[in-house]
Amino acid sequence: MSAGVDLDNVCCDFGNFRAVDHLTVSIQPGEFFSFLGPSGCGKTTILRMISGFIEPTEGAIRIGGKDMKGQRPNQRPTALIFQNLALFPLMPVWENIAFGLEVRGVGKAKRRARAEELLALVDLHDSADKMISQLSGGQKQRVAIARALAVEPSVMLLDEPLAALDLKLRQRMRAELRAIQKRTGVTFIYITHDQGEALAMSDRVGVMSQGRLQQVAGPRDIYNNPVNGFVAAFVGGNNILTGRVATRSGGLAVFDTALGPFRARIAADVTAGKLYVRPEHMTLQATPGAENSLPVTLSEVAFEGNAISVHAVTDNGIAMVAELRNDGSTAIPATGARMHMAFDASNAAILPDSTTAGA
Amino acid sequence: MNDLLRRYGKGLTFGFIGLTFFWLVILVILPDFKLLESSFRPYLPVVDVGGPKDSYSLANYGRIFGGEVEMSIFGVHVVVAPRVKVLLYTIWYSGVVTLVTFLLAYPLAYYLAKIVSPKSLPTLFLLLFVPLWVSEVLRSFAWWIILAFKGPLNAALMALGVIDTEIRWIDGYSPVIIGLVYTYVLFMVFPLYNAMQSLDSNQIEAAEDLGAPWWRIHWRVILPHSKPGIASGAVMVFMLSAGSLLVPAIMGSTTSGWFTQTIQGIMLEEHDWNTGAAFAFMLLIVCTLVVSLAMRVFKVKLSDIAK
Repeated sequence: MSAGVDLDNVCCDFGNFRAVDHLTVSIQPGEFFSFLGPSGCGKTTILRMISGFIEPTEGAIRIGGKDMKGQRPNQRPTALIFQNLALFPLMPVWENIAFGLEVRGVGKAKRRARAEELLALVDLHDSADKMISQLSGGQKQRVAIARALAVEPSVMLLDEPLAALDLKLRQRMRAELRAIQKRTGVTFIYITHDQGEALAMSDRVGVMSQGRLQQVAGPRDIYNNPVNGFVAAFVGGNNILTGRVATRSGGLAVFDTALGPFRARIAADVTAGKLYVRPEHMTLQATPGAENSLPVTLSEVAFEGNAISVHAVTDNGIAMVAELRNDGSTAIPATGARMHMAFDASNAAILPDSTTAGA
Repeated sequence: MNDLLRRYGKGLTFGFIGLTFFWLVILVILPDFKLLESSFRPYLPVVDVGGPKDSYSLANYGRIFGGEVEMSIFGVHVVVAPRVKVLLYTIWYSGVVTLVTFLLAYPLAYYLAKIVSPKSLPTLFLLLFVPLWVSEVLRSFAWWIILAFKGPLNAALMALGVIDTEIRWIDGYSPVIIGLVYTYVLFMVFPLYNAMQSLDSNQIEAAEDLGAPWWRIHWRVILPHSKPGIASGAVMVFMLSAGSLLVPAIMGSTTSGWFTQTIQGIMLEEHDWNTGAAFAFMLLIVCTLVVSLAMRVFKVKLSDIAK
């Protein structure tokens, strides 16, 4: 029932603007796949191309191996959940959910029964006869999901459906969406600019920037092994140092910066880039270490409960941040103190700026 | 009120209110009350006005039932008074005009609200408005010429080979319907446009995404959303058509009596303003009844129309 989606060298132009640039990715049947990127990176365009509202300028889209060229949205085995949900306010909840069945000529009694079933699936009992305006934000969300599931799509497309909810509800709906996806086994393609959402729910994440796919990988790889500077900086925080690669041996390189040389991981095909270190990989110490440490002046110490965020400035004015766990292992330093930030070479990476065109 | 006083000062504020009051009370409400009052009094020589014969009665209203003529209502032959027949035809054909304007305005309003690019919208609105710059009299005469037996419409149709012999357009009620539809179609387009424009386009896309063909999207999503617009457009077109005098007078054929013409005849030819007033109020009452009935049938509330 669920189907894979193949995007094969897909491009989409709006006038002179290329919104999606040579996108190739193969989404497996039953996979929860997220496109993650800042607004304007082309992710909504991808969704609208898969659902059939926009035809790609170049390339092919296949759903379940079948080329979708020329197929209208009402002919595709996809269901789209809109960012503003687009529920029908003049129909009661059950007619909203059963709309897709009504279109397919299913009788009224059967439609009603199926709507009740789906309402149970999304944990929304006794709401069949309510009007949409009587529901809360989270309930509307569930109705939208049930309405999309009613047509038994092979692929569900979700366009930032949680963006309008408050934080607590958003976190609960994340878990529920994931659970519904597991229960139904439908392929989910999810669009978001929220890295937390993408990492928490997805089997794989595709990070987008300016119409290009930067990296496709599982959430852990995206976070731990970003392929370039854009992915590293967009997903999670980073300390960034500029410089040049001096010498390299066995996956490590010496990186010359204005603050001295540092050792860090480097991929075989990378020749130039910047040095990236996650704040949680930075440690704070009173004396300089043998290598990979730099003197800083603490500018702000923010106590956040589970963590302590230490903001500091290097001698040449670069802002750095270290995130220390509040486990008693480190004394909480004072603002204005002179200290040294240090990191392990295996936790630092030299990454190129961004994937080049045509990748 | 206080806000008005602070903003414009005493002189201007009382100026505005005084003029509005003068217009509403002296020019609208009082004359209507005078007409209503006189509609219950007999038409008498001046010497008898205020005398013993001058008493209130419903006699003027009863005059609509004078005489007998045959007509057929949905195939059933009945005998009614000629004026009742004209009133019934006026109501019926005003309804037809309303339906035709709706059928014409719906696709146009949809096109303007949801399909056309916002850039060309001002031009299109201008094109719609340009005919309104020409007087209604001229426009009616223009249509009368277009529809003439040896006129341009017949000539064009014959040249295109659509018809072999001329069609007598100016016959029965058809020219009046054409004229009224042309005159009042914009009163249907704009409320419909407003209603459709407020519809979230995502709803149309959602319906399509769920597999609905275009007609079902209109039937289940766009049409229900447009109902308030349809209602206010329909009420306006119906009321304006039933109350129109100019179009039936200019475009009418020998067999197309409009009730406003009956009223005009009584008032200006018989000089019987009392009966004329009675007939005018009767038209108003019947129209109001028809509108309320239609609103009930289509489940429209008055507050929907006001939106």
